[in-house]
Amino acid sequence: METILQGIKEGIYLILQMDAEVVQVTLLSLQVSLSALVLSALIGIPAGAASALKKFPGKRLLLNIVYTLMGLPPVLAGLLVYLLLTYRGPLGRYELLFTPAAMIIAQVLLATPIIWGLTARAVMTLEQNVYDTAVTLGASRRQASFTLVREARNGIIAALTTAFGRVIAEVGAVMLVGGNIRWATRVLTTSIVLETRTGNFSTALALGMILLTISFLVNLIIIMLEKRTFRYDNTIQIT
Amino acid sequence: MMRFKKSTWIVALLAIFMMTAIIGCGQQEESAAPDQSAQPELKTLKLATTTSTDDSGLLDYLLPEFQKDANYQVEVIAVGTGQAIEMGEAGDVDVLLVHSRAAEDQFVEEGYGVDRRDVMYNDFLIIGPAEDPAGIKGTTDAVAALKAIAEKQAAFVSRGDDSGTHKKELAIWEKATIEPAGEWYIEAGQGMGDTFMMANEKKAYTLIDRATYLALKDKYQLEPMVEGDTALFNPYGVIPLNPDKFPNVDYEGATAFAEWLTSEKGQKMIGEYGVEEFGQALFIPDAK
Repeated sequence: METILQGIKEGIYLILQMDAEVVQVTLLSLQVSLSALVLSALIGIPAGAASALKKFPGKRLLLNIVYTLMGLPPVLAGLLVYLLLTYRGPLGRYELLFTPAAMIIAQVLLATPIIWGLTARAVMTLEQNVYDTAVTLGASRRQASFTLVREARNGIIAALTTAFGRVIAEVGAVMLVGGNIRWATRVLTTSIVLETRTGNFSTALALGMILLTISFLVNLIIIMLEKRTFRYDNTIQIT
Repeated sequence: MMRFKKSTWIVALLAIFMMTAIIGCGQQEESAAPDQSAQPELKTLKLATTTSTDDSGLLDYLLPEFQKDANYQVEVIAVGTGQAIEMGEAGDVDVLLVHSRAAEDQFVEEGYGVDRRDVMYNDFLIIGPAEDPAGIKGTTDAVAALKAIAEKQAAFVSRGDDSGTHKKELAIWEKATIEPAGEWYIEAGQGMGDTFMMANEKKAYTLIDRATYLALKDKYQLEPMVEGDTALFNPYGVIPLNPDKFPNVDYEGATAFAEWLTSEKGQKMIGEYGVEEFGQALFIPDAK
């Protein structure tokens, strides 16, 4: 209990103190995970919408695979990326191993199936009449499809927040492909592992608090944008 | 009108993400080497080493000085010796600083590394709970101590991660002609700090390097049981990767690092490390 209180105290102190290394580690965590989130969204949202709307052979199988990969163990994703990027590996000549780029790639591998799968689910729950109405109002096939994606936005935003939560908190992949190099690839989660390993439990807890705080702030921003963007929409009222 | 607003917000959201990413980038470079702004062409060198050199704080003490002298920023990847050697065999790092003599010699023999040098040694000790169920406290024969632990089936936590420490432990078991197995023999599969923590929780014996022990002993309750046996001697070697095999590695930097560690200055610094804080040196320099 004493350690926990000490950790909370130290956490507040660490945040206020703006220690250069803690700031750098925090910013790198954000940089890696937000970059991974943006890239995964660019792949996952269109892929999710397309795989929900289009009819093609093997659609069910594909979606099943995507749903399965939503639970990809981070350390396995890390190992796959490690084997791809190692000097003797297929992408070895780019020398990306132990760089933030490698960490982003690994996290994209984790986040893309989540965004893809949840987007597909959100789009599939829409009623046929949304599409029909859009077509009746003179929308082309393409415009009508965009309408569908827009109607599914709540689900897509849920997908983005879930994916962000997953990548900012994972340690297995970034530890393996980043190497936890001080000033270069050390992020909040790998710092927590390091501090725990060296017995500094209260510092580890303090870093955990910072991690939760930035996660909270990012989610807050997403929710605020969501509210301001969609304030004209109807929400369900319980009467 | 409304549609315009929505897309504006989505663009704004994306822009914020990108900005954070870019700011993060800039900040990182800024703070990457706070005291080196006068030297613009700082080169980087990748060192795969054991958790013991890193967790003990030795590298944090040595590397800034090496950076000053050689203008190389060393990026440390601290893993078990097994994984460090694996990284060397794949050509993913420039230089190794590890402690497993047999594996090191094989590494050089197979052409992955060149010009191995002795750097320093430290020693291991067997630590355990104050109750000492195997009755080994104060003895100086590591082999006999492990025999006693196995006989009493007293809990023993092994690194179990193919590290130098793990290999050392297995070598002593072998000398004792015991194949450790059973509920009392716990294979952690983790680094030294985690293993120490686990042994402490389980009131178990474990084999630990002196540097990690001294750095962490105030946080846990386990006590030294057996020390001073030559079987517990632990030499470290530095090995640059073979440039003929791996044209991608920075051989020049790796050699500079090996030479610096074995230089008079490097050796002196190694011998002084820890004296102030712990009252004894953590590593004994032994370069020829």
